[in-house]
Amino acid sequence: MSFWNDPLKVAADWLLGIFTGWGLPEIAANILIGFLGVLLLISVLMLVDIFLVWVERKVVSRFQDRIGPNRVGPFGLIQPFADIIKLIIKEDTTPSGADKVVYNIAPMLSMMSVLILWAVVPLAPTILGVDLNIGALYIIAAGAIGTLSIIMAGWSSNNKFALIGAFRQVAVMVSFEIPMLTMLLIPTIFAGSMGMGRIIESQQIWFVFLAPLAALIFLIAAIAELGRAPFDMAEGESELVSGYNIEYSGMKFGMFYAGELLHAFTFGGFWSILFFGGYRFFGLQDVSPFLAIAVIIFKAFIGYWIIMWVKYTLLRIRIDHMLGFNWKFLTPLAFTLLMMTALLNALLAGTPTWIYISVMFLSNILLAWIATEIARSYSRREREKVEGSGAAPVAEGVHH
Amino acid sequence: MTGEQIVFLLVALFTLGSGLMVVTTRNLVHAALWLVSTLFGVAVTYALLSASFLAVVQVVVYIGAIAILFIFAVMLTRKDMRDQGAQQNPNWWVGALLSVLTFIGLFFLLQGWSGMSTTATAIPTGFDAISELGTALVSPDAFVLPFEVASVLLVAALVGAVYVAFNPRKGDFGK
Repeated sequence: MSFWNDPLKVAADWLLGIFTGWGLPEIAANILIGFLGVLLLISVLMLVDIFLVWVERKVVSRFQDRIGPNRVGPFGLIQPFADIIKLIIKEDTTPSGADKVVYNIAPMLSMMSVLILWAVVPLAPTILGVDLNIGALYIIAAGAIGTLSIIMAGWSSNNKFALIGAFRQVAVMVSFEIPMLTMLLIPTIFAGSMGMGRIIESQQIWFVFLAPLAALIFLIAAIAELGRAPFDMAEGESELVSGYNIEYSGMKFGMFYAGELLHAFTFGGFWSILFFGGYRFFGLQDVSPFLAIAVIIFKAFIGYWIIMWVKYTLLRIRIDHMLGFNWKFLTPLAFTLLMMTALLNALLAGTPTWIYISVMFLSNILLAWIATEIARSYSRREREKVEGSGAAPVAEGVHH
Repeated sequence: MTGEQIVFLLVALFTLGSGLMVVTTRNLVHAALWLVSTLFGVAVTYALLSASFLAVVQVVVYIGAIAILFIFAVMLTRKDMRDQGAQQNPNWWVGALLSVLTFIGLFFLLQGWSGMSTTATAIPTGFDAISELGTALVSPDAFVLPFEVASVLLVAALVGAVYVAFNPRKGDFGK
């Protein structure tokens, strides 16, 4: 077993030899090695996060027909470090009447809720924090802590705008959690396990070909969970200035901002793990774990890029439309899709693979088509009700 | 004392301390936040018992849904959110008495139980607790009936909530 095949194991064995050589008992040495592993993962993630600031600013500027950061360093690559220095030396303000302890804990919880997600991300067949057999539920649990951090930030700031922003964001997160959890169950059905490792290992065929609709619904729910456009009415610059993080300055704001960027990147990663084969890419993952890491990071960046693409292209949706979209369209659709997938999976057990794949794929497309047709006829009826009444459609519009 | 026992004692202390803060803090939102940390302590206890499914469900349901609902309810029903009302209601001694009696009862009950003094057998390697739990929930000779009854109860609660919120005179929500 060489370093290039299983780097984590080799490094851990080497460290264990050193620590026990110092006279530490083996259990203490193992705990210490675990801590070092977590420290390494978090440090790398924070470095990636700094880089994400640059990526985000470059991509948004391209979508808006600008050049973006281009002064500090080649292609403006040093820009995020300048941003961080600015954030650190800024005055750290606390609004009067703020609930100080809660106010200070909220940014930490926000960052933490993103970082703990990486405990279950398998970066390569042998490189993973822990292969929980409840990995899919764990993602939702980490999201619950994120929700809590937002409501803590909004409440403790003693600011009406912050509180309204937090209310909106929490309403969105709590409702879009349901289609997201439902869609997490579909790879679970295919793989027969909620563990991320098993889900990746069973993707001989990427799950997106078995359930394209599920991949789409998961992406929509993930964007809503992130609070990014078009679901960013929690931020709503034109009405709420900045939402739940309005009172935060300096690095505390930086924690929310960096947390949001890393969260988007992480969900890009989960999208690729659940539906696009994670680190699998035509056998590259078996050549070297480092290639596997490169593959999964590349796929995560593609997911992140799509999330950015949506963010900088679409307009903000009104909150009642968005909640209506979730409860009246997305949730029933997700439940129907889950039932259909479970039923077909049981009925098609033992059939040849190509029949299984084509029936799954076609049923997804059919369900998507039926759902769109129902939504279309409903909106046509609604429009006729408003336009057909003839008398004073303006007043009707105000009434709604 | 083994490392596991030390961790358990720390977690238990944290959980009980947070629980005490829930009833003694004067600020209702703080009480709700301490409740979150109590529930989190319980989740850690589940994790220590290798019940990872229960631990995660504890976080999803209690912290992600119920605690958030508590905080919302406090925020929507109180005029001043830095509420400094009376700390305890006049019946506090009844509650204290009942909890002491419950503790004594449980203490003697568990002392007489043989499971307290025997060491649990180790979980066999490769034991998949979550699939065992899933099978038990839907198998007819295990828990399918209680499971379905609980589901019906939840649906009834949902229908009831919709009925209460629905205004037949106006024909739709919030219009």
